Formats: sequence, structure tokens, C-alpha cells
Amino acid sequence: MLKITNLHKTFDPGTINAKTALDGIDLHLKDGDFVTVIGGNGAGKSTLLNAIAGVWKPDFGTIEIDGVDVTLMPEYRRAKYLGRVFQDPMKGTAPDMEIAENLFIASKRGTKRRFVWGVRKKDRALYKELLATLDLGLEDRISHKVGLLSGGQRQAVTLLMATLNRPKLLLLDEHTASLDPKTAVKVLELTDQIVHKNKLTTLMITHNMKEAIAHGNRLIMMHEGRIIVDISGDEKKNLTVEQLLNLFIKASDGDISDRMVLS
Amino acid sequence: MAFINALPGAVAEGLIWGLMGIGVYLSFIILDIADLTVDGSICTGGCVCAVLLANGFPVWLSVVAAFAAGALAGFVTGLLHTAFGIPSILAGILTQLMLYSVNLTILGGKSLVAIDPRANKLLVHMSDNPRSIITMGIFVAATIIGLWLFFYTEFGLTIKSTGDNPDMSRAQGVNVKLTQVLGLSISNGIVALAGAMLAQYKGSANINDGRGAIVIGLAAIFIGLSVSLKIKPNFVVSMIGVTCGAIVYYIVYNVVILLGLKTDFLKMFSAIIVAIFIAVPYIKKEYFARQRKMPSNGAKTRINGGNNA
Repeated sequence: MLKITNLHKTFDPGTINAKTALDGIDLHLKDGDFVTVIGGNGAGKSTLLNAIAGVWKPDFGTIEIDGVDVTLMPEYRRAKYLGRVFQDPMKGTAPDMEIAENLFIASKRGTKRRFVWGVRKKDRALYKELLATLDLGLEDRISHKVGLLSGGQRQAVTLLMATLNRPKLLLLDEHTASLDPKTAVKVLELTDQIVHKNKLTTLMITHNMKEAIAHGNRLIMMHEGRIIVDISGDEKKNLTVEQLLNLFIKASDGDISDRMVLS
Repeated sequence: MAFINALPGAVAEGLIWGLMGIGVYLSFIILDIADLTVDGSICTGGCVCAVLLANGFPVWLSVVAAFAAGALAGFVTGLLHTAFGIPSILAGILTQLMLYSVNLTILGGKSLVAIDPRANKLLVHMSDNPRSIITMGIFVAATIIGLWLFFYTEFGLTIKSTGDNPDMSRAQGVNVKLTQVLGLSISNGIVALAGAMLAQYKGSANINDGRGAIVIGLAAIFIGLSVSLKIKPNFVVSMIGVTCGAIVYYIVYNVVILLGLKTDFLKMFSAIIVAIFIAVPYIKKEYFARQRKMPSNGAKTRINGGNNA
């Protein structure tokens, strides 16, 4: 489904601020894989997701999604393969537009936008059903501006938008990190639900080791732009936080100065 | 009495500037781009219209051509911004400067081309204010309805979302470069259309027309929205608000002239109006934010829309 080969990215090359964010990433995701990504600050997790999403172009290496080389494809065009939820709840929705309008724009991801009437009655009915599955009472607020929603509600709507048109790959960039703990649990539950129901191939960044272990069928750990741990199957199922931490210390040559956020 | 006499003219001219304000609203509010092209494109509209009329073309064609010329100017600004990475405000300034040369060329090197209301059938003219008001009313209404419908189409919605949240738009597969270029084209097309109407109304196109036009457009927007947002924050009400804002602006403008303000100071007056309308909400928020009274028992604390949650 996703095939990344020898991916490199250095920011501000040739300057004193040069920062190698990705240092030869090789990653292959099978159809239906739910991969959690952990790593310290600056490990390159978000950089990796942004490279896949096409926020900027990598210096070297290739990215293939379902057999299509998207390495140089503009962000908006490869969006048809991708569902994205950001860390910042403000980033995934248009605040001054209705919930229905936001969902509608998402429903047209990957299609040509035409000069025909947008949100129709039957669309609204469908969105109402989908919003009801979130169990946040949003189905009655379909014409409300998204800006009136709380962060958690916006994140749930973004999740719905990302998966409305079944994406080939779902990218979740610490999408619960800026929510309060209770809401975070709720959004994570929804994520699990949606991913399993639609059998989505998913890449989820988290800074929470417990979460990383509890979700998905595979776990990768990044450090200084490289993948240093890659665990799946039963080994992943039986993993404990302590083991994970030991793996990290071993793989990063005892470099624990890079703060891993534990919980 | 002088005020009553000046009123129809103020309304007619206000409607023309209302149309211009609608164009500015598209870039400034909807696309969230401070587009300074408009100072040039409103003049371009006037120049194209005047020259075509002087050469015997029918008024409808002249007006359509003015719209097209303005749209082209907006297209250039959009291209400078999206394809060449020039910050939008500078892209607008660059195009505006280019347009000065373009406008001079259109006028054939002269600084003024007159439009003879007797030789041409005009849509609006200051000699017939009632007719001008009706014509402009129809124009403004048609523009509002057209835009209102447009912003409900699949494509129109993506222009709205581009201004509202470009990150989200890109993530949902919207080509924001295209929507920005197209949005700026439509915006400047409408502005040039207003320029064409203004030239007809005044009976001439002048190379210096349009200097500070953006400020009048913004005045119309801020005056209009300060009221319309309190009534109902939707597109049509906002558009009507902007139009009325322009009319109010021109009525006040005429009043200060009647009160004896030297015409040299009119641009100062326009700029101060815009500054006041932006400054007042800020000052309120920044210096008078604290409640004077404790909320009474049982009263729910006001919840701030959830924006900061």
C-alpha cells in the first residue's frame, strides 16, 4: 500500500541551522496495516508524515502509494489517496463554514470540483447519519459553523472528513495530543472504530507509549530521522512500556537525553 | 436643503462603490488576501469603458470588456502570488504599478478621456440620478445573487474554504493556487466593472481615478459589516451590508463637504474612517474588556464560542 524507499530530507541545508530530519527511511506498509509511530521530539515523525502528504518534496528517495509514485506529486493532487488529521484541531476544518459544507468539501476529495450546486438534501441526510455515529450530538448541528465546536468535536469531524471518501492511507499526526485526556480517549476510540470498520491502512503518530502499544498491529520507533524499532504481530501484542523503553535505549546507543514523553 | 439635493447623487455613487466594495470583500474577507490591485483595476475598468465608448462601441460591450480587463489584472496578481511566491500584498502593489502604465496606454497617453452622454447611450450618468440608482440597484442585486449562487457550487465552496483554511483545503484536495487566482480574477473583474460604471457616471475616465479606492472599499465593508453581522452573519446580508456601507460612506462624505471640509482633505477623511472602524473593536477588546459588574447569581457564564478550546 505504502512503499517508502531511502527517503532523505534536510532542512536549511548548507547553513548553520541545517537539520537532517529524515535520514534514509525505508518503510513498507501492507494493505490494512495500522502502524503506530513513536519517538522523541525531533525524531522525524511529523516530517515523515508531511513527506507522505506532500507538504514539501524530499531531497532523495521515493514514496509510492498503492503502486503510484507520488514523490513529486503536488499536495492537493495526492490528497485523493490520503486522509489526514492534524495535531492542531484548528487545522483540519474550515471554521467559518458549516459542518455540512466541511463534510461536503471532504466528500469531493479526489474529484473535480464542478460548477454545480454543492451540498444537497441527500448529502445532508447522509452526513446526519454519519455524525450520529460519533455520538457527540453533532447530527443536530449540521448547519452550525465549525468554529463553534470544541477542539475535540472539531477533531472528530476532521476524522470523519478524512475517512468520508475512503482513503488509501490515513495519516494521523498526534491527533489527540492537544485534547483534554477524556476527549482524547473518546477521539481515539472513534479512530479505532472507523479504522476497523473501513479496514483502513493507517499511520498514527503518538507520543504516548501506552497508546502506541494498545493500538494497531505494528509499531515503529523513530530516532534522529531513522526507524530504529519495528515490531509487529504477537511480539507487538505482548509488548510492555518497559520493554519499549529498553528497546529505545538499546537502539539509540543509550541516548536518553532526547526526552521521550512517558505515560 | 443642499443636503437633500446631494442625497440622490450620494446614493447613486454609493451604489457604484458598493459594487466595488463587494469585489474587495471577495479578496479581503473571503480569500483573506489584502489585494491592492484594486486601486489600479478600478481605473483600468474606467479607461477601457471610456475608450471603447469614444470609439463607438456599445455600452454593454464596453462594460463587459472592463470586467474582463479587471479580471486579467487580478489573474496577474494571482499568478505573481501563487506561481512566483511573491507575498500577496506585494503582488498586488506590483500589478497596481504595472496598471498605471497599462491605463496610460489605454487612454492613448492622455490623462483623461471624456465620455459624452449625448453621443453614447450610458447605463448611468450624474445627470439622471433616479435612473442611475435603479440601474445600479439592479447591477448590485444581480452581482449579489450571482455570487451567492456561485458560493454554493462545488467550486465556489472551495474558494470559501481556501480563504478560511488553506491547510484543510489542500488536505482535501483543493488546488488553492487555482482558487486564489480565480478568486482574485473575479474580485478585480467586479472592481473594474464598478470602475466602468463610475467613469460613465462622472462622464470621464482619469488616469488618477482609483487612487485610494481600496480604502473606500474597506470603509464600505467595515461600516456595512459592523451592522450586518449583528443582524445575521450570512453572505447575502453581508453583501447588502457592504452596499449600504458604501452608501452611508457617500452620504457622510457629502455631508462633510457641505460642512466645508476642504476637498484636499477628502482622502485623509477616507483613511481615518477606515482606521476608526478597525480601531474601535480593538480598543474595546484591549482596554475595556473587563466586566464592570459581577454576573448575577444563576446567570450562566458566557461561553466563548469554543474557538479557543
